[in-house]
Amino acid sequence: MEVAMVKIQIDGTIYEVKPGKNLLETCLSLGFDIPYFCFHPSLGSVGACRLCAVKKYANSNDKTGRIVMSCMEPAVDGLIISVKDPEVKAFRASILESLMANHPHDCPVCDEGGECHLQDMTVMTGHNYRRFDFKKRTHKNQNLGPFIHHEMNRCIQCYRCVRFYRDYAGGKDLNVFGSANNVYFGRHEEGTLESEFSGNLAEICPTGVFTDKTLKKHFTRKWDLTNAPSICVHCSVGCNTIASERYGSLRRVVNRYNGDVNGYLLCDRGRFGYEFVNSTKRIKNPQLRQSKESALEVKEVSEIIPKLSEALKSKNIVGFGSPRASLEANFALSKLVGAENFYHGISDKEYHFTKLCLQILTSGAVHSPSLKEVEKANAIFILGEDVTNTAPMLALAIRQATRNKSIEKAEKIGIPKWNDAAVRELAQNIHSPLFIASPYFTKLDELAETTYRATSEDIARLGFAVASYISNDAPSVDNLNIDIQNQAKRIADALKQSKNPLIVIGVQGNEDIAHATANIALALKSIDKKPSLSIALPESNSMGLGIMEGKPFGELKIENDTTLVILENDLYRRVEKSLVDNLLEKCQNIIVLDQLMNETSSKADILIPTGTFAESEGTLVNNEGRAQRYYNVYPAIEPIRESWRWIAELIRIQGKPEGNSWQKFDDVVNSMVVSYPIFSKIKEYLPNADFRMFNEKISRQTMRFSGRTAMNANISVHEQKPPQDADSPLAFSMEGYQGVPPSSLTPFHWAPGWNSNQAANKYMVEPNGELKGGNPGIRLIENTTDQQQSYYKNIPQPFKPRNEGLFIVPVHQIFGSEELSSNGEALSSRIPEPFIKINLKEATRYSIRSNDTVHLTVENIDVLVKVEIDASIPDGVAGLSFNLPGMPFISLPKIGVIKKS
Amino acid sequence: MFSILRSIWLTFLHAFHKRETVGYPEKKPYLPPRYRGRIVLTRDSEGNERCVACNLCAAACPVDCISLQATEDENGRRYPEFFRINFSRCIFCGLCEEACPTYAIQLTPDFELGEYDRQSMVYEKEHLLISGEGKYHGYNFYKNAGVDMGVKAKGEGENEEPTVDLKSLLK
Amino acid sequence: MEYIFIIAGVLLIVLTIAAGLIWVERRLLALWQDRYGPNRVGPFGLFQVLADMIKIFFKEDWIPPFADKAVFVIAPGILMISILLTFAIIPFTDSFFVLDSNIGLLFFLGNSSLGVYSIVLGGWASNNKYSLLGSIRASAQMLTYEVFMGLSLMGVVMMSDSFNLREIVEAQRGMWFVFPQFIGFVVFLIAGVAETHRTPFDIPEAEGELVAGYHSEYSGMKFGMFFVGEYLGVTLISTLIVTLFFGGWLGPSFLPPAFWFFFKTAFFICFFVLLRASLPRPRYDQLMDFGWKILLPLVLLNILVTGAIILYLQ
Repeated sequence: MEVAMVKIQIDGTIYEVKPGKNLLETCLSLGFDIPYFCFHPSLGSVGACRLCAVKKYANSNDKTGRIVMSCMEPAVDGLIISVKDPEVKAFRASILESLMANHPHDCPVCDEGGECHLQDMTVMTGHNYRRFDFKKRTHKNQNLGPFIHHEMNRCIQCYRCVRFYRDYAGGKDLNVFGSANNVYFGRHEEGTLESEFSGNLAEICPTGVFTDKTLKKHFTRKWDLTNAPSICVHCSVGCNTIASERYGSLRRVVNRYNGDVNGYLLCDRGRFGYEFVNSTKRIKNPQLRQSKESALEVKEVSEIIPKLSEALKSKNIVGFGSPRASLEANFALSKLVGAENFYHGISDKEYHFTKLCLQILTSGAVHSPSLKEVEKANAIFILGEDVTNTAPMLALAIRQATRNKSIEKAEKIGIPKWNDAAVRELAQNIHSPLFIASPYFTKLDELAETTYRATSEDIARLGFAVASYISNDAPSVDNLNIDIQNQAKRIADALKQSKNPLIVIGVQGNEDIAHATANIALALKSIDKKPSLSIALPESNSMGLGIMEGKPFGELKIENDTTLVILENDLYRRVEKSLVDNLLEKCQNIIVLDQLMNETSSKADILIPTGTFAESEGTLVNNEGRAQRYYNVYPAIEPIRESWRWIAELIRIQGKPEGNSWQKFDDVVNSMVVSYPIFSKIKEYLPNADFRMFNEKISRQTMRFSGRTAMNANISVHEQKPPQDADSPLAFSMEGYQGVPPSSLTPFHWAPGWNSNQAANKYMVEPNGELKGGNPGIRLIENTTDQQQSYYKNIPQPFKPRNEGLFIVPVHQIFGSEELSSNGEALSSRIPEPFIKINLKEATRYSIRSNDTVHLTVENIDVLVKVEIDASIPDGVAGLSFNLPGMPFISLPKIGVIKKS
Repeated sequence: MFSILRSIWLTFLHAFHKRETVGYPEKKPYLPPRYRGRIVLTRDSEGNERCVACNLCAAACPVDCISLQATEDENGRRYPEFFRINFSRCIFCGLCEEACPTYAIQLTPDFELGEYDRQSMVYEKEHLLISGEGKYHGYNFYKNAGVDMGVKAKGEGENEEPTVDLKSLLK
Repeated sequence: MEYIFIIAGVLLIVLTIAAGLIWVERRLLALWQDRYGPNRVGPFGLFQVLADMIKIFFKEDWIPPFADKAVFVIAPGILMISILLTFAIIPFTDSFFVLDSNIGLLFFLGNSSLGVYSIVLGGWASNNKYSLLGSIRASAQMLTYEVFMGLSLMGVVMMSDSFNLREIVEAQRGMWFVFPQFIGFVVFLIAGVAETHRTPFDIPEAEGELVAGYHSEYSGMKFGMFFVGEYLGVTLISTLIVTLFFGGWLGPSFLPPAFWFFFKTAFFICFFVLLRASLPRPRYDQLMDFGWKILLPLVLLNILVTGAIILYLQ
């Protein structure tokens, strides 16, 4: 949509700019350095801090002008302003001086120091000498849990934290207290911050009030970190991150702006889950089991080669891929074992669900939206998914989407979207229609127009009904009660009226729900709507693995002399224990390539250490179908190698040609493109290792990286050449290109005068807009040709509560249900005990109370769980925490029996 | 022509001048206290490490020969877990001392750092840390900072008002 | 047999002196620059020479792969040999000399011309632009100064009526030639400095411009030969000055003639060092200008006047 440009005059020069933005955003995108605090591109403006002052002139004859706040001023045609008028500059400096009056002398021990927006702004305004000679007001701190450190003295009252936490992310437990000079930002009492997005406070806060507590344990200044563009591996959304290393350990993860995916934000699982990389459970050496009875022993690489070579001679080699391994690693494995022996290594339910979702997305009936597009939806229907726990950033995007109605209303009366306080004041409780059907309460329910509590069958039936109300061609559902019919009608109406209808399903759902969704999409399409479908898949590369050919677990047949190769996969989290035990027992040799010790890797005969996302590179396909690449933050330290490199070694041992031709990462990508033409876009779009900026590699380290000649001097005073990276266009040193690289290769955000992560603005066309050269990642499933489309007719039977036992549905947890992040130190402290949620009626039936520990038996699997009473759970149903550490895998939903212990 | 002869003559006369060279090491020259020699880490008047591991010295170092890692004690007090200076790289420019916000890192007049083994030029914290305050006495960073890291409670530092009582309506 | 002893004796003395000069020069330079110079090895740092020699013998003798090998190796030898040969005609006393040649002086002039080959070949063989430039400068400078070096001696030859150095010394029993041939002496002194390319005439090895001139690529003992060759040259020129202008071994008889000879030679060696300590290096064109436009007319005039006076007196 092209908009007419407007002309504004800044300090005598005329610029053509886009209308509808505020003046601050406009000036920032033009490259002017205007200081600001309370404004944040994702939060909008409130005009609270008074720092972004500019001078506005009435007309060309007006020589005096008046000072206005640029964040509250729209960029309109004919505007004449000055950003460097001496009066304005003095004004900004005096504002900053006042803000600094109570700021403590903390910088040397403050974790924000060196990437502090307040420091940047202080330097920018030129306030450099403290004149305020009186005592400083002080505050007590609060312990806000394992993620966020609180240091209230440093606060400059910009209100960004509460605006983000409450207004943007819907948190309830952080607020502002006190008045005047005593304003306090914190909780009403000490305690862990409840929001899934609390980590963003560390980046949103312009100073060091909220800082990353996991970083604090091994603190390193921003300038000392070796960074790489990375992709979050903890869910399927594929948020872009910057992962950073110092002294051989991963130090932190921060946001890397991607206008199409995560914008400026990350969820706590993504931000703090990185600690697993430094876990004591890491496999750092090859291990070998001499005979089936003996224990695993640590060996040299050369010592395991004979055993590997023997194992790989077997006629029957079976490979298990993994949804948390990169495309390249999975592809390499399928080459090793042969495509006919390549198994996806996920539960059959998940396998078929993923394949079905892919089929729906590629059918042409429905669009797979980016998070940016999700934010633009104005009617949303969520079926059977607790998005907040399975794809938190998707939930956050949905939260923003519900504001669209109020934004439209505001724009109608001339309040622009960025005028945040005014829009919210006007909105009150107006939300875009959001409908949630889920077995239990989800955090998004508070925004929903209606909620429907039911099991997957009933949710699917609701979905089928909605489809039938949108289009008469869709099969109708019999025996619906009148309430549900009305609800379905209401949902159908809202979707029909909406410009951008969005349907959300996910891993907690089943194939019935996916069928219903497909019907809704098809029905919407038949009335010329463009429906979107967002699917919360379980893992970072679930979609990528789904695209690849491979077999489900159920088709597995094991011969006696089978060699099993398991790639980054804990099968015990995928399939019932008895099945896996049975499988592993039958196999002659079990080769496991993994990063962390888990139940599967501890059963390996040959255990091979592989690099995590921080020590390898690879491509992941997110739930949208967007292929994105992560790069080594630091080189894998031998014998740890990238999975694809180890597998290439295995292929070499096996004697296949790929073994020798796969020397570099790009070689594997090239082979992959030949086998899977759909991935050819990856090769075209993502820069290969030969890419150079002005004949230079892109530097992973900042120009101010310190300690080069001392950091390894304790080992040897003779300095080594920095490690070379043949697999990517990035360099492991401070030598190299330091400017704005292609968006997918941005190792850190920095610009002269902008040391905080808000330097990201300099990498964009406009704040909160697209990155220069386009947002990272390439969509693989797009513009698919319309296949033959017909409505699904297999409507399930309604759910009936059983007399014997409860219908157990999985309850995913943001902290704990994902394997890798659960091994992080801070994050693991947030993992709940295994629990079961039932309503009071069922609890009374079984005469159990809240917090009781009970035995739950599902098909011979017994698990000890804590009881939580949750009124939202329907009768006859219970929610069981899903795949928490220490819990056996149970394929849900199933009937289970509770016994008091 | 004359000037050439004059130069020769004047140079010859230098044979009778006093020599400028000092016979080091038999005779030690005087070095002022602010001479830039061996680097030390000092302690505050209470005998605690002054270094707060802020990394500014490392950042200022033009040859990048300082490397350290921050850690915290049970009170949250920041101090360096290790602090390493590679003196085989050090150029004794003194920028680290200038950058130091806590007077922890100081240069001393000791310049006799010769070693036969280059590895011995790598100094760890135990080699750098002295028991005294060095050139600058009486300063304790944690008393002037806003943080409470076991040195003073919130609101009890120099230049601080008592903490705000949020439950009070009187303010 | 006796002959061999004398040759061996001369070689020993000359080489020892040349080596010793390394120490002497450094001490003297230090003296005039208010320093100490080498004073750590042995008494007064005397063994510094030994230490330096041990060092230089054990240094890697590297021949650049791009060099013309044979020539590169021969070049420093030519310098040493040509200078050492010249010592054969020096009469240290009336009875201690190697060769009593009646063309002694011509032998010296011929040999010193041969020395140029060493430098030209050394610079050429190094296959390095700085070396080549250095050797070009050296050849130009040496050839130029040789012209009036020879001419400056003609006055002495005319007055003593001989090319035999022993006879020249004998001819000075009445009066040292320095007095009647003062201009000849000055020109010979200057030409001598230029011939040995010592400061201020060390343009061929001007380190500020040419790294180390013609011997940039030399290391180890080959460099050592160039280095010692320079001191040999200094010694040679000093002995010649003494022989030709300052009455050789002649002196009051309370001390042996050998002493006088060495005493006078030492004085001029010291004077060479003093020149180095006090004078800056002229530019190349200034050097050539000075030679051709001032010194050459001056010596021609000197010859003319000397000849005229001799004719008149006859």
